[in-house]
Amino acid sequence: MPDVNITVDGKKLAVPAGTLLIEACKSVGIEVPSFCYYPGLSLQGACRMCLVKIEKMPKLQTACTTVVTEGMVVSTEIDEVRQARKAMLELLLANHPLDCPVCDAGGECELQDMTFSYGAAESKLIDIKNHKDEQQWSPVVYFDRPRCIMCYRCVRICGEGMDVWALGTANRGSAQLIMPNHSDYLECEECGMCIDICPVGALTSGAYRYKTRPWEMKHVGTVCTHCADGCKTTLGVRRSPTGMQIVRGDNRDKSGINGDFLCIKGRYAFDFASHDHRIQQPLIRREGRHVPASYDQAYEHIALRLKEIREQHGGHAIGVIGSTRTSNEESYLLQKFARLLLGTNNIDHHRTADFPSFAGALARKKDATASMRDVFNAPAILLIGNDPTEQHPLLAWQIRNNVRLHRARLYVVNSSPIKLRRQAASFTQIPAGSEPQLAAFLAGDDSAANALASGEITREALAALRDKLRGEPNLIIIFGSELRGSSIDSLVRFGAAISGAKFVCLGDYANSRGAADMGLYPDLLPGYVPVGSGARFHEEWGAPVPTEPGMNLLQMVDAAKAGRLKALYIVGANPVARYNLDPFALSKTFIVAHDMFLTETALLAEVILPAANAYEKSGTFTNTCGDLQLLKKAGDITTVKSDFEMLLRVADRLGFDLRQLVPFRQAERADLGQSRGAQSGEADRHAIWLEAHGLEPKLSPFDPIAMLDEIQRLVPGYDVSRVELLAGNDQHTSIEAGVASSIASQPELILPANDTLFTSGTLGRYSRTLNSVIENPRRAPADKADREVVV
Amino acid sequence: MADLVSHPDEVKVVSRRFGQGAANLDRYLELDGYKAVQKALSIGPDAVINEMKASNLRGRGGAGFPTGMKWSFVPKQAPKPKYVLCNGDESEPGTCKDRLILEHDPHSVIEGVVVAGIAVGSHTGYIYIRGEYRYLSEIMQKALADAYARGFLGKNIFGSGYDFDVYWHGGAGAYEVGEESALMESLEGKRGVPRIRPPFPAVVGLWGGPTVINNVETLASVPHIMLGGGEWYASLGTPKNGGTRLFCLSGHVAKPGVYELPLGYNLKKMIFEVGGGIRDGNKLKAVTPGGSSTPVLKADECDVGMDFDQLMKAGSMLGSGGVVVLDDTTCMVKYLQRIMMFYQHESCGWCIPCREGTDWLKKTLNRFHAGGGVEKDIGNIQYLAENMLGRTFCPLGDAAAMPAISIVKKYRNEFEDHLNGRPCPLEAKALEAVPA
Ligand SMILES: Cc1cc2nc3c(=O)[nH]c(=O)nc-3n(C[C@H](O)[C@H](O)[C@H](O)COP(=O)(O)O)c2cc1C
Ligand code: SF4
Ligand code: SF4
Ligand code: SF4
Ligand code: FES
Repeated sequence: MPDVNITVDGKKLAVPAGTLLIEACKSVGIEVPSFCYYPGLSLQGACRMCLVKIEKMPKLQTACTTVVTEGMVVSTEIDEVRQARKAMLELLLANHPLDCPVCDAGGECELQDMTFSYGAAESKLIDIKNHKDEQQWSPVVYFDRPRCIMCYRCVRICGEGMDVWALGTANRGSAQLIMPNHSDYLECEECGMCIDICPVGALTSGAYRYKTRPWEMKHVGTVCTHCADGCKTTLGVRRSPTGMQIVRGDNRDKSGINGDFLCIKGRYAFDFASHDHRIQQPLIRREGRHVPASYDQAYEHIALRLKEIREQHGGHAIGVIGSTRTSNEESYLLQKFARLLLGTNNIDHHRTADFPSFAGALARKKDATASMRDVFNAPAILLIGNDPTEQHPLLAWQIRNNVRLHRARLYVVNSSPIKLRRQAASFTQIPAGSEPQLAAFLAGDDSAANALASGEITREALAALRDKLRGEPNLIIIFGSELRGSSIDSLVRFGAAISGAKFVCLGDYANSRGAADMGLYPDLLPGYVPVGSGARFHEEWGAPVPTEPGMNLLQMVDAAKAGRLKALYIVGANPVARYNLDPFALSKTFIVAHDMFLTETALLAEVILPAANAYEKSGTFTNTCGDLQLLKKAGDITTVKSDFEMLLRVADRLGFDLRQLVPFRQAERADLGQSRGAQSGEADRHAIWLEAHGLEPKLSPFDPIAMLDEIQRLVPGYDVSRVELLAGNDQHTSIEAGVASSIASQPELILPANDTLFTSGTLGRYSRTLNSVIENPRRAPADKADREVVV
Repeated sequence: MADLVSHPDEVKVVSRRFGQGAANLDRYLELDGYKAVQKALSIGPDAVINEMKASNLRGRGGAGFPTGMKWSFVPKQAPKPKYVLCNGDESEPGTCKDRLILEHDPHSVIEGVVVAGIAVGSHTGYIYIRGEYRYLSEIMQKALADAYARGFLGKNIFGSGYDFDVYWHGGAGAYEVGEESALMESLEGKRGVPRIRPPFPAVVGLWGGPTVINNVETLASVPHIMLGGGEWYASLGTPKNGGTRLFCLSGHVAKPGVYELPLGYNLKKMIFEVGGGIRDGNKLKAVTPGGSSTPVLKADECDVGMDFDQLMKAGSMLGSGGVVVLDDTTCMVKYLQRIMMFYQHESCGWCIPCREGTDWLKKTLNRFHAGGGVEKDIGNIQYLAENMLGRTFCPLGDAAAMPAISIVKKYRNEFEDHLNGRPCPLEAKALEAVPA
């Protein structure tokens, strides 16, 4: 369709047919004020702030509901329009409590901004305002009716965006209000989307209310540390006696892969970081009791014992367990530490998906993985297994809103009637555990249908589904950990016949994919390179590393029990709880644990080092789709250190040349323009550019970006744009193993986390907000919860 | 049940069967009942629409949109089912005509719905009746059941091969659901809040299908046009204002009631001849000519023909036909206060100017009339109303603003008389008049 020509305030412009007038104005920098209009949500025409004059129309028209037509002549700044805006604001403020000085939204309130811009400071009316007391709807959500301007954004984001439909409007006229689904309390996903989208302070969060003012915080855009989806979250950080405190999480920076979205964990479950039980200093077990020690004592103790064991029993007597929540740089460093320094391939982590098989199946396929952004734009999606609403909230949001806004066709195959079936063009329920047969069937093995067909799901229906999927170019195929090993091969074979098909393999924690990509496997180096074929790593590292596969996690535990494994170095993991291990099996082993809390695993350690979490460090995370993103440090806490730093300190004590572990250089720090008085923004951009082009020297071994240099050089698929990455943008990496057949993926080691919306592994247990929701007596118990409010 | 009145100037078309027991189907059939449907079936949709256009019938719900034209906007082919809605939410203060039709001649409404359905190619009609008209709903339910029993509704009506179903639906008591798109929301089981237009109902209406929505009186006029012919109907009224309508004459006249008069009938004559003049020998002060939302006319502005165009020229509107006559004992501040109480109570709350505007107008007027007024209130009342007018999401905001603007403009002196802590002077006088 040809563009439509219109004139706004004398400016001529051409916009695509179908464009809303308000968007057309925005495209040439003309701001039409709005409250109820919100891109991506249904139109309301309710606030009347966007009234503009359109020639030949007697009345002012709402720019948010008017579609441009050829020759339209619009005025947005004439007196009549100005007066209309001013009057709307006067009417809103007339009943507003004007409690800005104590309101959470003060300083970032759209009503304040509008009043400032369009002027309605004088109040003409003298009668008593209508009042209604504030209500607490849930541990997370509070509602203050007098501040509400009735823009219905909360209602729509909850219904249209989240498919939860927990908010609505009640009463009419001036008595109208927003009401939660149980009339005086709310039972929902507690995502806080309504709070974030509220233009004023009518909805506030239990996590943040009355804590501080927005201008007193530093705002740090980083990546959520909970599930594997990698939402960008902006942390509001304040100084505190211990260094800093995170007081808020939101997504004021909507540039992330998550756009408007955050779930309860990304938004509120930052509070584990300030939990009372956080370990504040190193602990060493002496005579059966953990006693405080200095960092020096702890490093010394660890180095002494490791050296002793390595010398007496060799590297294979030492095992290392990495984390699914440490940065890529830390995981990479850890495996290098194990292989190069301890001389062992005994390294593993809590596996939640079969990434090695996935990589193997994709060998020699280019661009075969989908990014989180792709999921929002694909014309069709096949989802096998998993329940993204609970386990991958962002992914679920992407799928849902792709269906809603772009009419994508969603095909769901699951053993349970998961909530996303409500968006599905087709839902196929198969017997629990029959997902592998489904993969085989899709790949062409018709006999596999025997295990799948039952009731309504006939063989014909399955065949029809397969035919339909084959005719969906650019299909994105998403699968959960139900598919492992050769089933992934089958699925990839099926997808290979569909042009443009891409895949997503779902793992469970914030950096599970990173842990896998960085080679936390006994048989795989970073980038799924078999330990026997790591020539390029050996070359770069300048030292031989063991080429025989090491022990996996369970083998290590067995070896420890048998007394063959003498030491276990555990970084940010709780295998004792996750794999339900017998603690006594590890009683003879020298254990070092880096952790934030005295977990079941940490308790067994001889030395415990208090670790910083992902919000307290810099580096990168790779989400389950393979999107690489930058972690930005919210600030330092005086009592803890990053795993990166602690590993290097131990290495140093072991007498190792740190330059062999981290390729940092010696050089003069570049002039960022200070000498000519550059402004800070310019200097920042310049710094990013220098950094990205490898021109900014890494002066410290503790600079994780130096490690990223090596990762980008050596790990296949990670050679993405540095500038983009450092500027805070997501960069999609590719996954592909060099040699498919040599990978022994040991699918039996995969243990999905099965987290719900309100749990997050061990970490989640320390979040007050998550606990307050789980323990909320007004909530149906989890097993009886029916969060699907019937629409 | 309302008493019936009559006057020799009346031209009885819609009210022809009032008082004749026509709610009974047999009686209705004796009085030419269901002949219009059969005629419509025989002449076909295009001819029906042509008759309607020729009749110059304009909507009796308030806006006065030409009915034939409205029907012609409905697309012939549509992917979704089409609907005919009868708007029986009659709630505009001063308006009480649809209730008489529903009580005395329910089948004429059903017939009008079916004819409209034939004209636009719909097979389903809904008659929406306001919640407070419970007793009329019962009459309508019986009428529908009777019509079904005879095969006048349902499959293959009158053996024509044409199917048509009509359902009754009760409101829950909201003026706002009289607004056509809010009515559709309500009918769909949602909150009675209007919809964004365009798209207009003729294209996207109930359940997303093309929809014709007409007032009870509009639809009740249809069978008469079918039988008498469009030209005949048009000739009863003035140019572009065909036919007759039910005027609900109320207030301070000697003989209030619902009278059927041709369009264009002189207002003064209506008050002084049809209505028997002002009660108790008082003097005429003001008239609200078309339901409480229309701007008031002063006594000296009442020499005007009651049709859509002449009243528009006179600065008011014909609206829903509710003529409220006020004599010189009326306090105009109190009158506006009462009107505003209604609109404040009935605002659906969807948009800012109406929700907040009606509330502040009501609060200000309550205090003002009680003697708490200050000078700037008068300006504020005007300011609030002027800033609502034309800027609300639906015309309810206008409905509240128009009387306010006209009353402040035309009776400013009465507002001034309330200032400085003086209680309402007219109320004080009324109290004196009450014998101890
Ligand atoms: C606030 C409001 C209330 C209304 N109430 C009614 C009503 O009670 N009955 C009615 O027929 N029309 C009412 N209308 C007009 C309808 O929106 C619509 O114009 C009418 O039903 C169309 O029928 P007509 O063309 O036959 O008049 C109302 C309009 C507004 C804005
Ligand atoms: S609570 Fe906030 S988002 Fe919801 S309607 Fe009120 S102002 Fe809008
Ligand atoms: S969806 Fe996942 S990444 Fe996003 S906020 Fe929730 S837990 Fe964090
Ligand atoms: S003008 Fe606005 S608030 Fe008033 S009834 Fe219409 S939509 Fe509702
Ligand atoms: S933004 Fe257009 S009416 Fe609210």
